[in-house]
Amino acid sequence: MATTNDRILLGTRKGLIEARKTNGAWRLGPAALPGQPIAYAMRDPRNGSVWASIDHGHWGVKLSRRTTDAGEFAEVEAPKYPESTGAAAKYYWVLAAGHASEPGTFWVGTEPGGLFVTRDDGATWELNEPLWALCKEHQWSGGGREGAGIHSILIDPRDAKHMHVAVSCAGICETRDGGATWRYVNKGLRMDYWPAEEQNKEYGFDPHFVALAPSAPDVLWQSNHCGVYRSADGASTWTEISEKPHAYFGFPITPHPRDANRAWIVPMHSDQNRTTFDGRLFVLRTDDGGKTWREQSQGLPQEGAMDFPYRHGMDASADGETLAFATTSGNAYVSENGGESWQTLSNNLPLVYSLRFA
Amino acid sequence: MASIRFTPHLRRYFDLPDTWEVEGPTTVAEVIRKLDAGWPGLAFYITDERGYLRQHVAVWVDGRQVRDRMTLDEPVGPDAKVDILQALSGG
Repeated sequence: MATTNDRILLGTRKGLIEARKTNGAWRLGPAALPGQPIAYAMRDPRNGSVWASIDHGHWGVKLSRRTTDAGEFAEVEAPKYPESTGAAAKYYWVLAAGHASEPGTFWVGTEPGGLFVTRDDGATWELNEPLWALCKEHQWSGGGREGAGIHSILIDPRDAKHMHVAVSCAGICETRDGGATWRYVNKGLRMDYWPAEEQNKEYGFDPHFVALAPSAPDVLWQSNHCGVYRSADGASTWTEISEKPHAYFGFPITPHPRDANRAWIVPMHSDQNRTTFDGRLFVLRTDDGGKTWREQSQGLPQEGAMDFPYRHGMDASADGETLAFATTSGNAYVSENGGESWQTLSNNLPLVYSLRFA
Repeated sequence: MASIRFTPHLRRYFDLPDTWEVEGPTTVAEVIRKLDAGWPGLAFYITDERGYLRQHVAVWVDGRQVRDRMTLDEPVGPDAKVDILQALSGG
């Protein structure tokens, strides 16, 4: 979770770029790890370390870390699948700092579906075998990527042992014992893309992104391949909060850090098109838990825009007033009034995979 | 001695010489193991954790590209020339 309102980390196809607000203006710094595709980058709120997941086209996936703002990135031991699995890491899709009470703990969600944890600050990694067993038993499939992948990791701020992960494609899995056992929590979701006889399964869903409301951790928000959802009971049941035509298909969903009824999405036309609506880029905000959505477009391009943010491409600052997103065409926008108006951070970035407030 | 040459792209991550010599006869897999002993972590750039050659890495032995990307048991003769290169993917 963000601890600042004025620092943004952008994981781009050509390096890690930091935007900072200084003397009232947003400025982009030089790229760290220049030329390297950064699948995900984030700052550990517990100690200020910045972690980056690198997806070298040729040399495989790697993790890199900078422990101080003035320091250099250095490669960290990479999570590797145990020989017994016969699998190999294809993508480190999401990184998550462990619970505040577990300072050396860090989580990585990967393709082809494994969740890794380190308990010693990245020196050694362990595959979560119980979750991997579910992946194999139920033959999780790909969604967004070729193989199954974990792209959302949620840690309950009240309880280090209580976590959710979101898998494309399987759905949401929950553990209450620190990962020893997992269960699916997908009641209320749909999977319109599968045959009718598959619909009663507990798994097979395609969450695009899932996040919890930090001020009320039983509230979870989800953008899904088949609509927008919210849960008020810790994911035991999901309620669809789509509002067609706009609030339905998209990737990121960003909860407000202090108001559990507020969240933002960036809508896309459809699964088939994957563009904006009529060339207009806009954000939708709800202030009533998803009952209604309101368009926010001031300052965003209202013609000729075709690009959209990926699932990790939008975030809210610590106070929830500053909001930013960045797109597949390297456009980045920031709002300092909860989305009411936007300014352009850049129109010249490479494709942006992730955007996170530091 | 067999000599091993590297793409300059790898030198961004490891302080490698232009050419590195290793006693033959041996195999490609063994060459990679020995390289990893000298430059820890290098094997994970060339192969994945199963030891399979990464999809976009090309290894040549005496002008022939290694085809068995899983076992890498291609023989490397006493005077062989081995090239470890990037495949040309993505232009």
